[in-house]
Amino acid sequence: MTDTAAAGTILRLEKIVKTFPGVRALDGVDFELRRGEVHALMGENGAGKSTLMKVLAGMYQPDGGRIHIDGLRCVLPTPIAAKEQGVILVHQELSLAEEMTVAENIFLGELPRSRFGFVDWKVLNRRVGDILETLNVDFGPRTKVNRLSIAKKQMVEIARALTHDAKVVVFDEPTASLTDAEKTVLFDIIGDLQERGVGIVYISHRMEEIFRISDRISILRDGSYRGTLVTAETDEDEVTRAMIGRSLDLSRTSDARVAPGEVRLAVRDLSCGKLFRDVSFELRAGEVLGFYGLIGAGRTEIAETLFGLRRPSAGTVHLDGEAVRIGSPAEAIARGLSLVPESRKEQGLVLGMNCRDNITLPQIDRMTSGPFISGAREVEIYDKYQARLEIKAPSWRTMVKNLSGGNQQKIVIGKWLSMAPRVLIVDEPTRGIDVGSKSEIHNLIRELAASGLAVIVISSEMPEVLRVSDRIAAMHEGRLVTVFERDVVTEDDLIQAISGIGEHAA
Amino acid sequence: MSRVETETAASGKPKEADESAPGPDTNRTLVQILSSQGILIAFGLFMLGFGLFSERFLSLENMESVLRSSAIIGVMALGVTVVVISGNLDLSVGSMLSFGTVMVVDLHDKIGAAPGIAVMMAAVLALGCVNGFLVGILRLNSLIVTLGMLSAIQGLTLIYSGGKNVDIDPSSQDTTWFKVFGRGDIAGLDMPIILFGLLAVILHCIVAYTAFGRRVYAVGGNPTAAVFSGIRRGRVVFSTYVISSFCVGVAAIILGSRVMGSQNNVGQGYELLVLAGVILGGTSLLGGSGSIFETVIGVLILGFIQNGLLLLSYPYYTQWIVTWFVIILAVWLDIAGKRGRLFSPIA
Repeated sequence: MTDTAAAGTILRLEKIVKTFPGVRALDGVDFELRRGEVHALMGENGAGKSTLMKVLAGMYQPDGGRIHIDGLRCVLPTPIAAKEQGVILVHQELSLAEEMTVAENIFLGELPRSRFGFVDWKVLNRRVGDILETLNVDFGPRTKVNRLSIAKKQMVEIARALTHDAKVVVFDEPTASLTDAEKTVLFDIIGDLQERGVGIVYISHRMEEIFRISDRISILRDGSYRGTLVTAETDEDEVTRAMIGRSLDLSRTSDARVAPGEVRLAVRDLSCGKLFRDVSFELRAGEVLGFYGLIGAGRTEIAETLFGLRRPSAGTVHLDGEAVRIGSPAEAIARGLSLVPESRKEQGLVLGMNCRDNITLPQIDRMTSGPFISGAREVEIYDKYQARLEIKAPSWRTMVKNLSGGNQQKIVIGKWLSMAPRVLIVDEPTRGIDVGSKSEIHNLIRELAASGLAVIVISSEMPEVLRVSDRIAAMHEGRLVTVFERDVVTEDDLIQAISGIGEHAA
Repeated sequence: MSRVETETAASGKPKEADESAPGPDTNRTLVQILSSQGILIAFGLFMLGFGLFSERFLSLENMESVLRSSAIIGVMALGVTVVVISGNLDLSVGSMLSFGTVMVVDLHDKIGAAPGIAVMMAAVLALGCVNGFLVGILRLNSLIVTLGMLSAIQGLTLIYSGGKNVDIDPSSQDTTWFKVFGRGDIAGLDMPIILFGLLAVILHCIVAYTAFGRRVYAVGGNPTAAVFSGIRRGRVVFSTYVISSFCVGVAAIILGSRVMGSQNNVGQGYELLVLAGVILGGTSLLGGSGSIFETVIGVLILGFIQNGLLLLSYPYYTQWIVTWFVIILAVWLDIAGKRGRLFSPIA
């Protein structure tokens, strides 16, 4: 043990370099973590946070630099080696075996055995039961994972981390799909880990969380280390500036809005089985209607029904005064509807295709001259939206899977804007996206509305709906509770409405 | 050049990669270039190797004979490539070939060459529609559907022929114009080769340059995203099976015309050879990638392997083992190219 260990340092990364063909993802990054500390790691998407953590977790081999754990220099050639050193990574994307029980998932690969080599279910379920108790969750060890909500699955991931003798636990966007109650539980767990002397690396784009739980904040920009701030001595503005190299204009000018035009979309008593019931609202040109509610409240399902992905069981939809029945996305597109879906990787993009082909996919029929596609016209469209949305990609030939999350989202938005829609629906437009891109996307949505487009924004983040919407529809368990005017609504109103307290107001 | 995290590039050599960085196409990483050109490199090495062992191997005469014997597998592989790009399989092509060949030969003497071809094509296309309906519209698993069709069509063939082999009346074999597809030539180039080449060019244009082709790639690459983009996935998949059955029909005409007769099980086992050609070319079984051009190369490699082994006087059944070995190698390299290393980092 060297003196650094005595000083409380549990992990030190020195001058880590990681290069991918054409990109220097990490350029001599330093990072230091103390025992019992929550150390936030911040930076825009593509700044190198995930790469750095994958190096730490043994998933990537660094091209240069040193890793010290507990004062000893380590080489981590595999994820297993990293685990043995006490480094646990709680993933942003879940990696659970859906068909197995919670207990099996938590001890996957090291299931306790009885004398004859069979799995010892009693021991397994008892041990997992103990862990789940500390997590204060409402499911048991025998529950099948595919019955759990995304938030609960995340708790399983965290439980998995707790079974190991952890020295360093990395949380990569752990709260992306957690409810407030679940967040509180998570933060309690992080507190427990701190008390045990575990070092916590916390990656998140959410400032309020960072300021709530972290002790220090380290910042990465474009693959290099930009310094460490003590949380108690800094503020959001300083962190943002360090991350993006400039200040954000977060002011929201309500006078920049146009007076809403005629009714574009009128939805009357729309129902879809048990997913949502009797939903009615109107959407005018030049207006942004926010849909706020808990996960599972039926917001996404309404969007999917409007877009022809689901059949409504009752109700009517009028588009520009004309009654329409939309039976497929192709019909929705033909009628001028665009949907930027909730999950960009699963629903929005063909990851193995290049940027240009992804953007032009919904209108590929219009790209032909004679029987063949005109590549030049496609590039024209790509160039236009690449410039307008400031998509950072080396060229249109780049496969979208090689872009950062923010730029991928811009490709999806560009794809639907290029359709020149009459109604644009955006579902969770900034999930997992850094503050810089987030604010760009918010400004874009406002601009689009100002130019006369009718926009629906579905979001689980209250600051987001408050920032972009003119009116906010609050949903609770498949019902549209109230539509609030943005200028008079309070956060309390919204929380009460989505949790069903204000349901009498409907 | 910033903000590009390249998943697949973990094993790329950083130094060489840096040199390519200033170019406009930095996304074409070394690994990608190697994996896209690897098949041509392997092909070249392979030809050289056999050429050293056998003088006849590289002769023009032998080349043409390989092309001729590859044409039928090749024509079928073109159609199957389209199915595989869309993310599905077609294992029914072998027995569909038996069915088509028996039918076109049998009908030749009964209703004439042209009507016979028309009726056979209609029947084979109908089978393709059944495949397309089951996989595309009902969304059943393509492996099960086409494996089942393989056996069902074999049964259909035997019912049609009553179990007897068919052939064209020997007296008319030399006079019928039907012989042109299998035995004819233009300027010394055999007709099967010409038909293979022609179909390859047409399908290449469809797949690479039309809106339909783009939709096939999108459906294979991410079916959900394709649906969210307004693509009617069912129709696209349906069409790929129709294309595949059309190619089988053409192959049946060539085969019937060349042999002037047919056994009931003439296409037995062809489905694997066809799939081998597609995979060898580098079209991924995962869907969303691959090309007609690559399949042509894949089929030729397969043909030259078989031919080379025969020239080195190995018994013909050794080719089955060697082909298996080459397929495994090809599939392995495909996966390795995707993940950037030969072995999975996670055991």
